[in-house]
Amino acid sequence: MPILPLILAVALGYVGLLFAVAFWADRRAASGRSAIANPYVYALSLAVYCTAWTFYGSVGRAAAEGPAFLPTYLGPTLACALGFTVLRKMIRIGKAHRITSIADFLSSRYGKSAALAATVTCFAVVGLIPYIALQLKAVADGFDILRLAPLIVMPRHLEAKPFLEDTSFHAAWLLALFAMLFGTRKLEATERHEGIVAAVALESIVKLAAFVAVGLLAVAAFGGPAALFGRAAASPRMQEIFAAAHLLSEPFGWALETLLSFLAFLCLPRQFQVTVVENVSEDHLRKALWLFPLYLWAINLFVLPIAVAGSLQFPGGVDADTFSLALPLALHRESVALVAFVGGMSAATAMVIVEAVALATMISNDVVLPFLLRLPGRPPALPRDPRALILGLRRAGIVLVLASGYAYYRAIGQMHSLVALGQISFVAVAQFAPALLGGLYWKHATRRGALGGLVGGYAVWFYTLIVPALVDAGLLGEAILARGPAGLGWLRPVRLLGLEGLNPIAHACFWSLIVNLGLFVGLSLLRAPEANERAQAELFVDAFSFPRRPEAVPLWRGKARVGDLRLLLERFLGPDRTEEALQEFARHHRSRLAPASPADPALVTYAEGLLAGAVGSASARVMVASVVQEKPLRAEEILEILEENRAAISYSRELERLAEELRSANRRLEDLDRLKDEFIATVTHELRTPLAAVRSIAESLQAHPQMPEERRRSLTAIVVKESERLGRLVDQVLDFQRLESRKACTPSLPLDLHEVWREAAAAMRPMLDERGIRLALDAPDTLPPVFGDRDRLLQVAINLLSNALKFCPDHGGRIDIRIEHRGGEVRSVVSDNGPGIPPEDREAVFEPFYQVRRGGRGGRPAGTGLGLAIVRRILEHHGGWIRAESGPEGGAAFHFGLPLQPPPPPPAITP
Amino acid sequence: MDPDANRNDRKRIVFLLGCFLLQPPFLTLFARPAEVLGLPLFYVYLYLAWAGLIVLIALAAGRGKPRGRLGP
Repeated sequence: MPILPLILAVALGYVGLLFAVAFWADRRAASGRSAIANPYVYALSLAVYCTAWTFYGSVGRAAAEGPAFLPTYLGPTLACALGFTVLRKMIRIGKAHRITSIADFLSSRYGKSAALAATVTCFAVVGLIPYIALQLKAVADGFDILRLAPLIVMPRHLEAKPFLEDTSFHAAWLLALFAMLFGTRKLEATERHEGIVAAVALESIVKLAAFVAVGLLAVAAFGGPAALFGRAAASPRMQEIFAAAHLLSEPFGWALETLLSFLAFLCLPRQFQVTVVENVSEDHLRKALWLFPLYLWAINLFVLPIAVAGSLQFPGGVDADTFSLALPLALHRESVALVAFVGGMSAATAMVIVEAVALATMISNDVVLPFLLRLPGRPPALPRDPRALILGLRRAGIVLVLASGYAYYRAIGQMHSLVALGQISFVAVAQFAPALLGGLYWKHATRRGALGGLVGGYAVWFYTLIVPALVDAGLLGEAILARGPAGLGWLRPVRLLGLEGLNPIAHACFWSLIVNLGLFVGLSLLRAPEANERAQAELFVDAFSFPRRPEAVPLWRGKARVGDLRLLLERFLGPDRTEEALQEFARHHRSRLAPASPADPALVTYAEGLLAGAVGSASARVMVASVVQEKPLRAEEILEILEENRAAISYSRELERLAEELRSANRRLEDLDRLKDEFIATVTHELRTPLAAVRSIAESLQAHPQMPEERRRSLTAIVVKESERLGRLVDQVLDFQRLESRKACTPSLPLDLHEVWREAAAAMRPMLDERGIRLALDAPDTLPPVFGDRDRLLQVAINLLSNALKFCPDHGGRIDIRIEHRGGEVRSVVSDNGPGIPPEDREAVFEPFYQVRRGGRGGRPAGTGLGLAIVRRILEHHGGWIRAESGPEGGAAFHFGLPLQPPPPPPAITP
Repeated sequence: MDPDANRNDRKRIVFLLGCFLLQPPFLTLFARPAEVLGLPLFYVYLYLAWAGLIVLIALAAGRGKPRGRLGP
């Protein structure tokens, strides 16, 4: 089989598909029908976390150290458990301040500091180079392995190739092209790229499906999971892996690597990009918080089986990092190998694209632009239309990032395993965490502290991880590792202060974060934050108590003209977008924006926010300052403004709450009104039916004076019965109304409920006997008294008995009454062996005229339809309750309870 | 009690529970050569505990509630 053209066709076809999907999603976004605005795409885009490290590297690590590959995924899971506090706050702040990147976020928090933004960016770019190199290496290795099939040759044994024959070189420029096309299309006030998010979501599906396919193949080839593990258990090394011996020997390593991935998940520029910047709605987070960990769980399920199957298949000579590809090849399942190759490519390319776009935005917004703006000259040294320049800078940034990654891969990439490369980058970005988390929750954190912590942590990172890598590459002498610099043994890079028992990553993670945190806290406490830091600290830490639009809290004073701001905005956003944004502002604030009129602080803040969305907060600050005359606010003034706004917010929340209460009261009133109307309609209907019968009989008697005696008697009997019914109905309606208006309460006296039941049974006896119904009354010997109105409770008992009587079958009818004392109340249960009440009607039977509305059960109802409604009202007046359930023999059972204490007096009705 | 505060507490407890279940020293209880249905005990426990944690996160996150708005 001509394998090379096939691989090329599949790879290029797949990249073409990505281009098409990204293009389609961008088109949808432009026409206002977003393809990504749902929590599922959001969760899948978060899965950009899983890179070639996951796809190939985890298997390698599992084969060598067992469960050690897992903490990398437990950290983000735990971060999601905290997501509603931390992630939601980051998203809220990101949207309010139009944050474009993690560097922008930190810079904005610490007083829109350009120095901090530039430092974070440089550290991020340098720190992530090994991680990008890892992805290029994975794509290239995968391609080489597939190309040489059916031989399984490890790429590290191959000769280094010239550029044009090197797969990773072609992968790098293709990815750069993709990132440039969809990541730097235009300059917007929000740094969102729907095309890229859609492509990443698709890639997340592909890599998961591909990995599961390889996993299923591995398990099936060895006869199921138990057989696979059983066969492997013969080897002592595998026994160690199964028993997680690694965890016992390095428990701190496990905890530190979990912490590391937890922090990296929050701080990685690409993760910040998809979580915060590309987030469409804060509400999507709710589902993503469990969907994303579920994705991690699923993609990790087959790591160990593939590692075990690979170790069985290849006793030696094959890198465990390549098992995901080599295993299907060795099992002669080339199609699965091809799928795995596409999956690995998905994992690698998604990461590279998002990381490159995120880093390029940081490079242009947080390093180059602020630098250009600081060049001497006023106005700043930018062309008339700087948009082309900024987009050009971003494209150059993308090329720079990919070129550095490629260079690193060529220089030292071949010597390291995939996971080792990625973890170096994780420790680097984790250095942002103290400033990030401290900035979210600690108002006293300062710019100096953040900067100091970052630099210190970074220095330790470089010393403990990069210096050893340089030694490995032969760029530094071995001596520094073995004996320390200048023979100082306690300064050995992998054993700082002689610390033993940690692997190099855990060691670096521990020391760099300790130094970082120490400097961050120490320097922050050394000097109070400046006024602008203080302002941002309040807005960030208390993000949830301020309005979502920052211009509602304008922290600015000075002189500015609307025309100048408009010109500035037009330069960066273009005339159309500027006009649109200013009109929105005018609508919202009901102001007219004449060019010569002075701009109020809200407009200045609004304009700065818009600019920040395009060029980052540090640059936006400098540019706005260049067209207005500012009078800086003092810290006390800032706090005063913020305090007022906070008060206004809580006041408006209170108003909102009151309005909600009013609305619900109004809804209840409307309901009651409707119920009253229905009640009157039903009552009149009920009265009219017997009345009509009486009237028609009377008319017929009048019209036929010669009617036979017998017929006349039967007709008058009907008249009597119907008038009795009418009378009963009128009595009950009056009774019900009295109960409704709570006028029917008489003083509560202690009484014996058993006694009440006996009396009711005696009263009903003739009717029960007439239909041959057996009545059983079961009560304990002694029963504590309940408090209430004796006549009313008797009415309850009789109503319940007549209700049961109505539904008992004609032969073998049975009614059981059980009374018991349970938990502070006396309970009674009346059950019959009639047809019972369907579950959906068990609440409705207590509504007035319920049975009438339902058309009764078989013909005309025997009662008035008010009996049970009256029962419930009476019991409620007594502080009790009633509910219908299904009885022991399938009939209905009414349970009710009465408290042992007298009920509180009804509240006085005041107008 | 404020339902939001209640839910926030639940979320923090899920986080702490996750730290307890998936980290040493508790986790080391399962690091021994034992099997469940032919599969290594450690991995069976870890993936089950992990899945349970995800279920708890989903429960704590709850369903979205429509936000009340002032006026029409």
